[in-house]
Amino acid sequence: MAPVSTQNSLILKPAKGGLIRSPALLRLGWSLGSLLVLGLIWQLAADFAQNRYFPSPAAVFSVLGQEAMAGELFTHVGATLLRVVMAFAVAMFLGSAIGLILGRFKIADKFFDPWLILLLNLPALVIISLSYVWLGMNGTAAVVAVAINQIPNVAVTMREGARSLSRDLSEMANVYKFGWRKAFLHVTIPQLAPFLAAAARSGLALVWKIVLVVEALGGSGRGVGYQIYIAFGEFDVTKILAYALAFIIIVQIIETLALQPIQARVNRWRR
Amino acid sequence: MAALSPDATLIPDDSTIHVSVTRKVFAAAGGRDEQHVLNNVAFDVAPRSFLILTGPSGCGKSTLLNIIAGLDKDFEGSIDLGTSRDHMAFIFQSPRLLPWRTVYENIALVLPEGDLRHAKIPEMLERVGLTQAANAYPERISLGMQRRAALARGFILDPQILLMDEPFVSLDDPTAQSLRELVIELWNRQPTTVIFVTHDRAEAVQLGTRILRMSAGQATVVQDATVGLSLEERRDRAAVVREQMRIFGTF
Repeated sequence: MAPVSTQNSLILKPAKGGLIRSPALLRLGWSLGSLLVLGLIWQLAADFAQNRYFPSPAAVFSVLGQEAMAGELFTHVGATLLRVVMAFAVAMFLGSAIGLILGRFKIADKFFDPWLILLLNLPALVIISLSYVWLGMNGTAAVVAVAINQIPNVAVTMREGARSLSRDLSEMANVYKFGWRKAFLHVTIPQLAPFLAAAARSGLALVWKIVLVVEALGGSGRGVGYQIYIAFGEFDVTKILAYALAFIIIVQIIETLALQPIQARVNRWRR
Repeated sequence: MAALSPDATLIPDDSTIHVSVTRKVFAAAGGRDEQHVLNNVAFDVAPRSFLILTGPSGCGKSTLLNIIAGLDKDFEGSIDLGTSRDHMAFIFQSPRLLPWRTVYENIALVLPEGDLRHAKIPEMLERVGLTQAANAYPERISLGMQRRAALARGFILDPQILLMDEPFVSLDDPTAQSLRELVIELWNRQPTTVIFVTHDRAEAVQLGTRILRMSAGQATVVQDATVGLSLEERRDRAAVVREQMRIFGTF
């Protein structure tokens, strides 16, 4: 549809003073400054401790550099990232579908709610062990295990979203003959967006942590989890921290460059 | 000038609306007993008449409107909208705009894609005084402006039947008055069958060509009056009060 070009004179944006005008840049500045202080404290503590099991940030970054140069880092991070993406996608899709059905149909909710509670309280370790036993020690089992861990969380969040759908707006869409496609795109999805964003952000944080455990237990040759497991066997704390750091950085990049801008965009209409 | 009513006594054609609700009951829920709200409410609405449904609050006016709109299908009786069925607009008590779409998008969304009426949106925005707010999100404009947007959304469809459920409540008097005048203007430009619910008797007389008054409790129609005001007289407070006295015996 063609938007009318008028000045948004009605939208009042408070002009903030200071050198940095962009709120995103300002937030980034704060984050970097705060991390810098943390790194400094770590460096000082490591200098003071002088212990090989408590390496300095400089040592950790040096190992990170070596692993990167050797190409090892990218192989393992890539393998783990692929598992994270697959498990995350499967969990978001199935979790959302289940949540929406439970939120819309009371009978389904009554029947399946105890199942959901059961699944929510099933320890990750149990799901992982059973996946490997039943599906074999392979990559599919790893992805399935992670997804099953995450599905109930997504489902519970999306169920709340489906329950909160406005009846007023669906009546409006009905009277004005939106049809299912238009109603889904313009009425339903925008109402679910905050719930989807919340499920995605907490989901991403949980999924990558569980993927590492799954890889460590699975003993597959590739993956950050397996590398950390081997490093643990050698008491190589520097390497453990280097791989952890690599992954934290990547997840933060996804969070900052993908999830946060999406969230800001879907919320721009709010007062 | 002649009376505002575009002759309501014509021979009923296929766009005459037939309403007959023999019984409407709300099942007991949430600690409330079963409620018998409507009882033998039957009337016809001639094409292009401005029908007012009025009565004490809680008498079932809005329920009746929802039944006519097809939003409430749980009733005994029949609703025949004739050819109007597919050309309906509903202006709700709250504006019910999509808060995540701009004013312009909210209006455009009720039109099918590629519809020629998309080109008329700027003109419609101008008519309701929202040109400046076209790209604003609904929550960033006043309630009065949101109501104007809801009117524009209804009228852009050029509907054959327009249902309105107390669309001007909780507005200050001058704003409500200016919106009433806007409705009169829009309706004169695009005469359509209107069913308008209100408990405000002055509003009923000022806008309507015909008034149906409903009773409280197991509501039924207790009065069917024709409003005899010209377009000018509707803007004249004294004339409205006189007509109100004649129809309701009070004001």
